[in-house]
Amino acid sequence: MAKTLLSVCNVGMRFGGLVALSDVSFDVQEGSIHSVIGPNGAGKTTVFNCITQNLRPSSGEVWFGDERIDGLKPDRVAALGISRTYQNIRLFRNISAIENLLVGMHLHLRSSWWGAVLNTPFTRADERAAHEQALELLQFVGLRGRGDMLARNLAYGEQRRLEIGRALATRPRLLLLDEPTAGMNPRETSEMMAFVERVRARYAITLLLIEHQMRVVMSMSDRVTVLDHGTKIAEGKPAEVQRDPAVIAAYLGTAAAAHAVPA
Amino acid sequence: MTAVEHGRAGAALAWRRAALVGLGFGAGALHLAAVGVLLMLHQRWIVIDTLSLGQATVLLLAGGAGAMAARDADARLARGALAGLCATLPLALLSLAMDAVTLQPIFIVLTPDLQAMLTLGMPPLLAAPALLLVGVAAGLLGAALRAIPALSRALLPGAIAVLIAGVFQELIQLMLQQYEGPVGEARDFVYTWEGLTQQGAVTVFVVVTLIAQLAGRAARGRVAAMEPARRRQIWAGIALAAIVILPAAAGSYIGQVLMLVGLYILMGIGLNLEVGLAGLLDLGFVAFFAVGAYSTALLTADAPNALMHLSYWAAMPISVLLAVCVGVLFGLPVLGVRGDYLAVATMGLGEIVRVIVLSDFGAPLLGGAQGVLHIPKPQIGSYTLSSPVALFYLTLVAAAIAAFIAWRLENSRLGRAWMALRDDEDVAQALGINLVRSKLLAYGLGAAFAGLAGSIFATMLSSVYPSSFQLLISINVLALIIVGGMGSLPGVVLGSVVLIGLPELLREFGEYRYLFYGAVLVVMMRLRPEGLWPSDVRQRELHAGDETAALDAGADLLPARE
Repeated sequence: MAKTLLSVCNVGMRFGGLVALSDVSFDVQEGSIHSVIGPNGAGKTTVFNCITQNLRPSSGEVWFGDERIDGLKPDRVAALGISRTYQNIRLFRNISAIENLLVGMHLHLRSSWWGAVLNTPFTRADERAAHEQALELLQFVGLRGRGDMLARNLAYGEQRRLEIGRALATRPRLLLLDEPTAGMNPRETSEMMAFVERVRARYAITLLLIEHQMRVVMSMSDRVTVLDHGTKIAEGKPAEVQRDPAVIAAYLGTAAAAHAVPA
Repeated sequence: MTAVEHGRAGAALAWRRAALVGLGFGAGALHLAAVGVLLMLHQRWIVIDTLSLGQATVLLLAGGAGAMAARDADARLARGALAGLCATLPLALLSLAMDAVTLQPIFIVLTPDLQAMLTLGMPPLLAAPALLLVGVAAGLLGAALRAIPALSRALLPGAIAVLIAGVFQELIQLMLQQYEGPVGEARDFVYTWEGLTQQGAVTVFVVVTLIAQLAGRAARGRVAAMEPARRRQIWAGIALAAIVILPAAAGSYIGQVLMLVGLYILMGIGLNLEVGLAGLLDLGFVAFFAVGAYSTALLTADAPNALMHLSYWAAMPISVLLAVCVGVLFGLPVLGVRGDYLAVATMGLGEIVRVIVLSDFGAPLLGGAQGVLHIPKPQIGSYTLSSPVALFYLTLVAAAIAAFIAWRLENSRLGRAWMALRDDEDVAQALGINLVRSKLLAYGLGAAFAGLAGSIFATMLSSVYPSSFQLLISINVLALIIVGGMGSLPGVVLGSVVLIGLPELLREFGEYRYLFYGAVLVVMMRLRPEGLWPSDVRQRELHAGDETAALDAGADLLPARE
């Protein structure tokens, strides 16, 4: 049986009087694709922020493997092997695509600033290796030949893939994708799904996914956690969750749920 | 509407635009007259007894309006003439108004002298149409220069050379005064002590035009055939040779100006690491400059409050190191502050340093308002670097080293981390970049360059005073980075030359030079907000020569497209 990679235990997040999350718990199994779904404002992205420590949870614990990560700095969390993308793409817009990937490799490069000034053989080897890896990654995300363009000048779909590439450059064990198909038409969505499958196949990593398009969630996920108003209302295999009256109520309203239950 | 009607409406619009452009330039001219600049410029000859700088300004404004109005394909000359007319109209009306009413009690600079300038001594009813006629002619010329490239190629080099020779006559004479023999004779032929003579102006025009024609014919084909990179190398080589040779040939005044430019380049390179790369807006930068200067002073000076009497070469690295320490300390309290707030916070920190230096508390060591005196000049063996030109070369070497270090840093892992920080701090951190370390390195390394500049500054002046370390220096350095182009090393050099060097050369215009300075800043930010020499996108994927390989690779974009 696969072991648990990420464990979110009773996490709560309050902003002043506003409760964004209360008592959310779920486990992510190593090697799985786990989805977090829920209506708008349910607290999905807040969960992501609490995992990567962009926000520090007000209560509860987050465990990654054998380490407790809540309270760590985001850069430490990244070093442990968690990387993410953002709902509204957040590339470094004013540097080129390949430099975005090189920034992602920051953790795995060893050259120091004085090594760079003196251009030591070590630095040169380090940079050369990084450059090669960046090219490989560029190829993988389908942007070979576009690497010298400023990130902000890339097409929307390219920016999405580059952002995933940048997250992969940190060599994560767990990759958090925040609505990778947001704003895409059905064809682009299919391409993105295929791309995510390729990411998993090639890098053998665990994926935690926020997704709105049910088609994507149902066909890709091994397990689904449903949030509504900052609490977990259901969890299970996609088919189970789909039938859960609480989930239907959250998405369609209680009246619809009453109709749906007998069927 | 039919196509014909469309065309007619478009033409009417173009005429109106030409008139508006002209009136805009005219308003500028009126403004210059009303604040007194025009009259002040009128008191300087470009060509003695022929053309004053003030008159040239009016001509340039009318001509500029004409050139701008001539951008459409048809009726270019006529529209240029209209724009020229409109550009002189406000001044013509002003001269009539000054004749009818005494305006001087309200606008004190609207003196009879100004009226004499505008009318050239003619009766006002004759002078106003004459002025308009001049405007039309200038507008026509401006439009013609734009419309006919061959004409501008023939006339412009000579005209610009005469303008430069006239405006900077004092400076050029100063540079040439040390020469005798043929150079001296040529100088005396072209210039009197008052300025450019008529025969001199004609000679300069003819010689430069001839050279430009000959050189143009010889070089045009070859330059066009050259690769841009090669062309840039040649330009860089020429610029470098000029920088190295000019001060030695031109004497100590130019040396001093260039040295000041060099110090600002040093500081600009430092601040560019902070602001241009790492995005940390810093208005307290002068603090590091002050630390470098005072450290050198206290370590070397022949003064009672000096701590040691080291040689300059021993004191300089210590000063730089101290500046780095202060830079890191300076960064600590503002680590979590971002953007505009950071600018205000750093401004406060910068002021703290100046106030400490001025305070009674620091006075026993730092000398209070009297500062530290008798700082020795650097020595190489038995040779003392005492002249401004020698110190300029010291600054040049320091700036070259600084630029090299900054260039290497820019293309390193740390440089990329800084740029990531600048674009999105949160994301950079989520990718594993240590914010504290990167920010403190930016402050520390930026401070190192400012400390080096301060150290050279101290030995240049032989004394340091708190009044040398005003907030204005921080602002100047920031302005030169922005004007040059954020994050761009050549931009720093260009920005220093334009914002620090030119005002020094225009010193003879007194306080009006800050008016020019301000106007240049406003115009720059309107027309070229990205700076004079913006930084390129670095080409990291493709190196020269493997473009075809990349094109092949581009063919299988999205290898597994379903």
